[in-house]
Amino acid sequence: MTGQPRPGGRFARRYPRRAGRFALRLASLAAFLGAWQLLAGLKIDLWLRFSQFPTVTDVARAFADRLAGPDYWTDLTDSVTRILTGFLLAAVLGVATGVLVARSRLAEDLLGPVLEVIRPIPAIALVPVAILLFPSNEQGIVFITCTAAFFPVLVSTRHAVRALTPVWEEAVLTMGGSRWRILGSVVLPGALPGIFGGLSVGIGVSWICVISAEMISGQYGVGYRTWQDYTVVNYAGVFVGMLTIGVLGWVTSTAVELLGRRLTRWLPRTSYVPGRQPPPAARGAAAPASPTTMEEVPHDQLV
Amino acid sequence: MTSSSDLRSPTRTGAGLTLRNAALGRPGAPVLDDVDLDVAPGEILTLVGPSGCGKSTLLRTLAGLLAPLSGEAGQDGRPLTGPAADRALIFQEDALLPWRTLRANVELPLAIKGLPRAERRSQAETWLERVGLTEQSGKLPHRVSGGQRGRAQLARALAAAPRAVLMDEPFGALDAQTRAGMQDLLVEVLRGTGATVVFVTHDVDEALFLGDRVALLGNGRLTAVRDVPRPRDRTAHDDPARVALRRDVLTSLGT
Repeated sequence: MTGQPRPGGRFARRYPRRAGRFALRLASLAAFLGAWQLLAGLKIDLWLRFSQFPTVTDVARAFADRLAGPDYWTDLTDSVTRILTGFLLAAVLGVATGVLVARSRLAEDLLGPVLEVIRPIPAIALVPVAILLFPSNEQGIVFITCTAAFFPVLVSTRHAVRALTPVWEEAVLTMGGSRWRILGSVVLPGALPGIFGGLSVGIGVSWICVISAEMISGQYGVGYRTWQDYTVVNYAGVFVGMLTIGVLGWVTSTAVELLGRRLTRWLPRTSYVPGRQPPPAARGAAAPASPTTMEEVPHDQLV
Repeated sequence: MTSSSDLRSPTRTGAGLTLRNAALGRPGAPVLDDVDLDVAPGEILTLVGPSGCGKSTLLRTLAGLLAPLSGEAGQDGRPLTGPAADRALIFQEDALLPWRTLRANVELPLAIKGLPRAERRSQAETWLERVGLTEQSGKLPHRVSGGQRGRAQLARALAAAPRAVLMDEPFGALDAQTRAGMQDLLVEVLRGTGATVVFVTHDVDEALFLGDRVALLGNGRLTAVRDVPRPRDRTAHDDPARVALRRDVLTSLGT
């Protein structure tokens, strides 16, 4: 029996719709938390040792207590202020230096060697430098955060600027455009997709470094609190700290991601998006080339 | 040199462009040698030659993007010092800025000239209308067809009221039908601007249709410049003078 081949080939499984995918995600999270609760609650000690591990409910209780106290919000705003200051500084400096190095041979010769030597040093290894250089811990932490984000932004800006299509610049030149006009109308907008690649990496690295720096030398801050809890054997508190870091990191990365997508909406995209449903209005109007809903698929194809 | 910004000004004259005993190319990689060329104000000169013969190099030199390796390149008797707004270049590649809508692309040269926002918007709209893109003016370049992008580039080049328009195989990637339409549009739009045009192509028929004169390139030299009989008529294939010229041009190109 030779059945009609399914559109997309035999590997194209029908994927659950939006609600189904949401349920799948929730179930995955619930399974993870359930396993954790079970292992820690029963104090399973095989090769991995869960006897000292706080349970999910312990962590939830600690979280609720922490939210009620004043320190949590101080920690949060302190960490967020540090990371935003460092990251914004890094974004401005990184883009400026990246453009300069990509566009000017002189700048590349002057700055290149120094930057290339400093770049491989993990920002957190610069803690001694920060302590020597800056009068306050606060400035030192911002310095480390900034250094961490600076290099990804610099490198991706440099690449993006070098990869610009030459005719864009030549077109503006033959309109009588000045250097500044080319910078503002060609270089920066053209490099923006690449720059945002660097910013996305940079915000992630910033979090790693702000937390580490706070653990080493902070007063207040989510990293400082997490380390404090560890030293006083408050393990549930440590998990509250980790959860906070995770959520904050996720929120800031998403913010950068969304801003990037908004600013680079001009990028040509393929019209095909995996798993996307056609917009409701278009469903009736334009007959799709291939069946998109279960109802339209002939029965012999629904295995 | 007039610097009038009124694009409808009938008194505006085209630029006269000259190359004197010029060697052209990038430093260390000369492509053309010993080029002597006079482009008269207001004329349409077409440049034909096989690919790689230096047509684009010659055009870029006239635009001011490349300096001649030796000899002189000049405009109205003065040597060229670099690119300038009164010599617009239309590229072989798609040179519209992809993050700007067609209208914003056409507005760019006007913004560079320092026109106020309302003024540049209305001028851009006028030019887009003239090339038949009113409906597309708010779209991004990748949302319109290749022919429409070509027309937008033409509008962008002419919006700045240049005294010379240098075109590098602008219709090379278009299908035959769109191409004929673009040629007609070009002739129509140029009428009354008074601008000098240097038009590079590898298509002999296009060169003979558009050009007042045809310059032939080959073997690293400018080999000949021929007058083209008028009036402009795409269907006059049996006009003896035209047939003779076409045969002559094809022979000199060695095809």
